[in-house]
Amino acid sequence: MSSLDRRAFLASAASAGILPFLRILPAEAQARDTLVTVFGQTINSLDLHRVGTNRASYQVAINCYDRLVGFGAKQLPTGEMSYDYDTIVPELAESWTISDDGLTITFKLKPDATFWDGTKVTAEDVKWSFDRAVLAGGFPTTQMRAGGFFRPDQFEAIDEETFVVRLDYPSKLSLPNLAVPVPFIINSKVAKANATGDDPWAMEYLHMNPAGSGAYKVARWDQGQQLVYERNDAWVGGELPAIRRVIVREVPSAATRRALVERGDVQISMDIPDRDAAELADRLTVHSTPIENCMHCLCLNSKFGPFQDANVRKAVAYAVPYEAIFESAAYGRGAKLWGGPEEIDDIAWPRPFPYDTNLDTARDYLAQSGYPDGFEVTLSISLDLVDWMEPTALLIQEALGRIGITVTVDRIPGANWRTVALVDKSLDLHLENFGGWLNTPCYYFFWAYQKDRLFNSSAYESEAVHELTERTLHMAMDDPEYAPLIKEMFAHVIEDLPRIPLYQPALNVAMNGAGGYEFWFHRQLDVRPLNGGEA
Amino acid sequence: MAGRGHPVLWRLAQTIPVIAGVVVISFILTRALPGDPAVQFAGLAATPESIAQVREALGLDKPLIQQFLIYCGALLQGDLGRSVVTGQPVVTDLAMRLPASLELTLTALLLACLVAIPLGLLAAVHQGSWIDQLCRVVVTAGVSLPTFFTGILLIYVFYYLLGWAPSPLGRLDFIYFDPPRVTGFHLIDTLIDGDTETFFGALRQIALPAITLALFTLAPIARMTRAAMLGALSSDYIRTARAAGLSPSKVLFGYAFRNALLPVVTTLGMVFSFVLGANVLVEKVFAWPGIGSYAVEALVQSDYAAVQGFVLAMALLFVLLNLLIDLSYALIDPRIGFSAK
Repeated sequence: MSSLDRRAFLASAASAGILPFLRILPAEAQARDTLVTVFGQTINSLDLHRVGTNRASYQVAINCYDRLVGFGAKQLPTGEMSYDYDTIVPELAESWTISDDGLTITFKLKPDATFWDGTKVTAEDVKWSFDRAVLAGGFPTTQMRAGGFFRPDQFEAIDEETFVVRLDYPSKLSLPNLAVPVPFIINSKVAKANATGDDPWAMEYLHMNPAGSGAYKVARWDQGQQLVYERNDAWVGGELPAIRRVIVREVPSAATRRALVERGDVQISMDIPDRDAAELADRLTVHSTPIENCMHCLCLNSKFGPFQDANVRKAVAYAVPYEAIFESAAYGRGAKLWGGPEEIDDIAWPRPFPYDTNLDTARDYLAQSGYPDGFEVTLSISLDLVDWMEPTALLIQEALGRIGITVTVDRIPGANWRTVALVDKSLDLHLENFGGWLNTPCYYFFWAYQKDRLFNSSAYESEAVHELTERTLHMAMDDPEYAPLIKEMFAHVIEDLPRIPLYQPALNVAMNGAGGYEFWFHRQLDVRPLNGGEA
Repeated sequence: MAGRGHPVLWRLAQTIPVIAGVVVISFILTRALPGDPAVQFAGLAATPESIAQVREALGLDKPLIQQFLIYCGALLQGDLGRSVVTGQPVVTDLAMRLPASLELTLTALLLACLVAIPLGLLAAVHQGSWIDQLCRVVVTAGVSLPTFFTGILLIYVFYYLLGWAPSPLGRLDFIYFDPPRVTGFHLIDTLIDGDTETFFGALRQIALPAITLALFTLAPIARMTRAAMLGALSSDYIRTARAAGLSPSKVLFGYAFRNALLPVVTTLGMVFSFVLGANVLVEKVFAWPGIGSYAVEALVQSDYAAVQGFVLAMALLFVLLNLLIDLSYALIDPRIGFSAK
């Protein structure tokens, strides 16, 4: 009924000839080569390298720009489609070779690759774009370093189609780190023409005017309202997308987004709350994919006296009501991270820790600790993440109360959260949700367990874990030494418990009249594989 | 009447210290707020080094007083600075978003007045009758229902269940192009452009959010109209007018209503100010790209220039509004003159 009304309305509007968008719509409505998606965030820039560009804007780097390489796709055991961290596929590079010492990667560019303006993609463009990423400062520079890219002199354009990266040390993270959104290739001719003395990297220009070679161009961008992708038919980075135009609308209210997708006026609602996912699952196609390398954790700060006592940490781990949290904070979406086996026989991460709710065991541990009569502690949560943090915090408060630990819940404004939780690391007991882009356990450890790293909000200091992380971070995963070292790392943090995993959260996407969805670690919608089908 | 221009200028001059105060206070308050923009804008993965780079890029490594002087210098040239979140000059952002909010607020107020003033009038004239009770019910309901709840309820009934309302997707459905910009009000710009199709598109989009806000704002207006009318109707001059044999409509509209209008206009001014600030919830529910959601976003992200720009723009708007209200007093009631001040 609604779609009929809409179609009639659109058709009449189009025939009136005043809606430039719609001239081709009556035919389109049947073939569906336009998709409408909604999400709750706002795209604040078309240039990922700019200071202040938010996470939602990364989708422009993904859909409108190419990288040298990309990740392949795979089917998860649940039947969901996902990107495949273990398969690197060509995007702008046709092929690449890695030298025997692992220090030089030589890329051959696709000879027929062109930017939107028709000019050829050359190694010089790649060089300029990579220089920009390592010199821009802030997030892009930090992310480049994860792959061992620090300085412009590591990048060289040998000829038009040959590009060489020289590494200071061989690393398994180098190639995958070229497939994340950051090292995207910009049309350097256009960018340089719009650069100024104060702004050598054309940050001003590219913020509003992307210049890439990607599968989609930005047809229009109304900041704070919508972004319209239009297919680039000359794309050679991969298989030509089925959908000609994708409209991304920003709708802050989750209730409104739900009504829109339920009615079928939009085809995709990205990143919906767990609760909506649970309720819509039997009516629409809902994809819930546990987010790779991400955990929702209860963090115990080592600067807080009682948490320096190993028995106290164990007591807390046994007191946490995991099942209740998973049901009421995550609505059963995601994966369980408790009640795992004692034995560590694989290197899967995130993994269930061998703790389960048992108040008697918890009381025993507390009795053996230096705080048999309990203590008082503040559990801090971020106001930006109350969706899952609030119910989780209340359940933990109640459970810890039962073993004699008095918990006060403190809600911290979003603007201040990163400063106090991550930079100052001053929160005694708090919730945290770090997820690593590169899907290896050592990468998670690098950010969340190594001394002084941003996401090590527990201020955890372990010489052993620090050393093990340093040794494994760049080691190949099929190195015979790798697995034993990783298992040793696991054993340390399972015993030391600076972070108590609660559950692995899910990324939920509701679809009504579209198909082809793939989960990506960056949690943005890759519109390239989408189709108008029902699957 | 020749001197009328002068008191207005005098009133404007009086607002200069107010504006200066707003500039200083908004600067200090944004800095005093918790939250570190450098950390906020350093992105997902950050190191102490990258945070320092961002701090320098934003100019936040300079002493506070120097930052203030730079801000004031720019302000004198009409430059409100650049928002880090949107990457645009704050002036551009405000020029985009303020008309959206004003259009919604003014439409809602107009709607509210069209309902509330006759309702309050009738309730006062027929005190204790069914219409008085209706007025009471509407007023109570309007005040007690929060706007986001009314908004979601209206969407549920008129969009989700009945399908009468268009998709709640902001000012225009994605099938329309924005009209050429003249006033920034879509309803006016489309008419200037002669594009009735888009005009009705915009009208359909604004209907639900405007009704939501109108339901909320008509309560104080109706109440004030009723109370002011009751006061006027029981006063001596009305008794005199009636005794003199003036026609009931002349008494009602010529004397009672005109005198009752003063408090109503005052209320309107107040309602306008708090609605413009408070409609952020309505904006969120209807994906309305207004100034409220912009300000909240800026606050949450510690985007100093945007917050300061918003506060300053609001202050200017209210100064202007108060001036207009004062001027309208003089029009409504000749006894209130500017020369008296």
